[in-house]
Amino acid sequence: MGRKLLLEKAHVEGIRYYDVYRREGGYRSVEKALKSMTPDEVTEEVKKSGLRGRGGAGFPTGMKWSFLAKPEGVPRYLVVNADESEPGTFKDRYLMEFIPHILIEGIITSSYALGANSAYIYIRGEYAWIPDILEQAIAEAKNNGWLGKNILGTGYNLEVYVQRGGGAYICGEETALIESLEGKRGNPRIKPPFPAVKGLWDCPTVVNNVETIAAVVPIINNGGDDYAKIGVGRSTGTKLMSACGNINKPGVYEIDMTISVEEFIFSDEYCGGIANGKRLKACIPGGSSVPILPANLLLKTAKGEQRMMHYEGLSDGGFATGSMMGSGGFIVLDEDQCIVKHTYTLARFYRHESCGQCSPCREGTGWMEKILWRLENGQGKLSDIDLLVDIQSKIEGNTICPLGDAAAWPVAAAIRHFRDEFEWHVNNPKECLQRNYGLAHYADPIHVPTPA
Amino acid sequence: MSDQLLKVTIDNITVEVPNGTTILQAARKIGGDVTPPAMCFYTPLKGSGGKCRTCLVEVSKGSEKDPRPMPKLVASCRTTVMDGMEIKSITSQRVLDARAGVVEFLLLNHPLDCPICDQAGECHLQDLSYEHGKNGTRYEFQRRTFKKRDLGQYIQLHMTRCILCYRCVFTADQVSEKRVHGVLDRGDHAEIATYIEQNLNNEFIGNVIDVCPVGALTDKTFRFKNRVWFTKPMTAHRDCDKCCGEVTLWMRGDEVFRVTARKDEWGEIKTSEKTGKTGWICNDCRFDKKKASDWTIEGLAPIDRHSVIGQGKYKGLKKPEETIQKVLDGRKPRLLMDIHSVSEVNNPAIELSEINGPATSAVFKKNNHE
Repeated sequence: MGRKLLLEKAHVEGIRYYDVYRREGGYRSVEKALKSMTPDEVTEEVKKSGLRGRGGAGFPTGMKWSFLAKPEGVPRYLVVNADESEPGTFKDRYLMEFIPHILIEGIITSSYALGANSAYIYIRGEYAWIPDILEQAIAEAKNNGWLGKNILGTGYNLEVYVQRGGGAYICGEETALIESLEGKRGNPRIKPPFPAVKGLWDCPTVVNNVETIAAVVPIINNGGDDYAKIGVGRSTGTKLMSACGNINKPGVYEIDMTISVEEFIFSDEYCGGIANGKRLKACIPGGSSVPILPANLLLKTAKGEQRMMHYEGLSDGGFATGSMMGSGGFIVLDEDQCIVKHTYTLARFYRHESCGQCSPCREGTGWMEKILWRLENGQGKLSDIDLLVDIQSKIEGNTICPLGDAAAWPVAAAIRHFRDEFEWHVNNPKECLQRNYGLAHYADPIHVPTPA
Repeated sequence: MSDQLLKVTIDNITVEVPNGTTILQAARKIGGDVTPPAMCFYTPLKGSGGKCRTCLVEVSKGSEKDPRPMPKLVASCRTTVMDGMEIKSITSQRVLDARAGVVEFLLLNHPLDCPICDQAGECHLQDLSYEHGKNGTRYEFQRRTFKKRDLGQYIQLHMTRCILCYRCVFTADQVSEKRVHGVLDRGDHAEIATYIEQNLNNEFIGNVIDVCPVGALTDKTFRFKNRVWFTKPMTAHRDCDKCCGEVTLWMRGDEVFRVTARKDEWGEIKTSEKTGKTGWICNDCRFDKKKASDWTIEGLAPIDRHSVIGQGKYKGLKKPEETIQKVLDGRKPRLLMDIHSVSEVNNPAIELSEINGPATSAVFKKNNHE
């Protein structure tokens, strides 16, 4: 049984409400930080913890905080990115819906460290019922003196606002989020300048994921060193995984990054194995934009070692034979799933969500979707497969924001690992409409060359 | 520090530029082939640039202090130079590939209706695809179309030709007082349109035609009247109480077909040399003053770099400096064939700007000018 930090009290009756949350030891980190630590000490503690951003990119949070420009007389902002729209990712939703106070607590402590007197929670429009939960939690916190003016008599002021987005995936990109928060069209900004220098209303801003901010609570409570002891290497602490797809027990799990992928999928403590007694075909371990892996490469690395559930483990082998931790949206596909159709579905999503600012993403995503539709419906050509690879290489790295990369990677990875399935679709145009390619050799043990 | 000149090397050519200069501006100082093409960046418009991705360059050395190369290609129009920075434009295969990719993307849904497009001949997309694109397309699907929108009596919108550079949006924001048009929708169905079908009737809104790099926004009063390369650009001015009154007239004989603002060699609005006012012109000058008698004509306008109008045929043509020899470290490119040894058409001795009307084959007949 791994250690739990965020979801430890998740099943306590009434933990959503202030009284129970406080009784269970809530808001201790605020007391500790505001009364006994300076803002820099809080940042130092987060640095020590080795906490990495939980939104997908995995950038060290403490370092991000220390980049924040601190000019005199200019307000600073903390923005919590709750625009969780990556297909397969729903961990933040669980946190906000059931333990909203841990987020509020994390916001107060983090804002104190950053010297921000206003914090915003930007939440995706589709989470229509959650802003009410958050606003209730904010009101409760305020009534009990954790928010507002002169918190705990320390002279520190903080207001937290909840802002609903319009339901665009692109608004999860930090600069697009800031634009949207300012009331503009949610187009990503051209960087530099980075938000740490010029963010919300042109003031220094830190944008952090919900889970990242929540993780600050146990870090301050138990100390950064204690947090850093959990996990392996540079993957410290615990990570929320939202598991979905063809598994017996879809849901949100907290892992301490010491288990293997195999254990995560098949043990009863977590996903509980593949549903309906079927076999595992493929998996996207970190949300729709990270590369898909076939069963054999998912469970074992190219070197033949067990693949572990942490940042380094999942990215072992780079993009050639590995994937990424991403945002923790763990999507499992069984033997009856069609990779071509699956890739088409993702391409359709990215085409629909591209903001249309820069040309490679605007035009490329639509083009890829059309070709994948053709392949899926038995009208493709063999040359289409190489064309897709070429298009994605022209998009990747050439766009304003990472949405272009996010659209390009799944297509590249699907073709890299499942090229024969794409070819089968071309060569069997009628059959591919009737049945799926099946598991084929995707779970066969991989050949590991032995060093001479 | 701020007034110190920074050394930048672009494709083996070193220039010194003031602090805060972008890579694109530094490259324009050199001119010629090493200058990245720019479809969305427009110097007088604040906030423009970074969107079309045609100006991507490789930074092979970050600066003197931090010589690490930048991992990704950067948009040269929005990246400022550092001292000792080394940049690869046409000497980098990565850049050429990316640029060709961007050109292909831009042309993907473009209708390629140049034969009936008023912009043809002075279209930056034509120049771009000619210089950086590949011939042929790999796109085998229907090109996208839009619902037609009416922008009023002066401006014609062809949304199918638009490359979403956002220049007209910035112009309307910064030059005209009230913006009623903008980008609606997102992704590949994003479009320039007016919200709730409002007409554009601001005094300076005509300038969106000048900033449009393609034929998406064209002058309705000039529509289908003539091809731009048959008209002769003349600089002219009049006393205008709204704008600087300094324009380019596009004439054929004594007839004024079109009035535009004066543009520099990069297709950007020039600041008035006499008064120092911005070069944006008002709708009156642009759309209503279509008689030669309305204007004081100064003379032939300088035509540079882009557009078939130039083609090396104008008196006083400002040619960009030839850089290819420097890029190649002093070697000369190999000349495969001198066209003039086999053809009399395009005889360099004939000054096209001096003949009356468009050139015909008769102009090139030998006895005509012997």
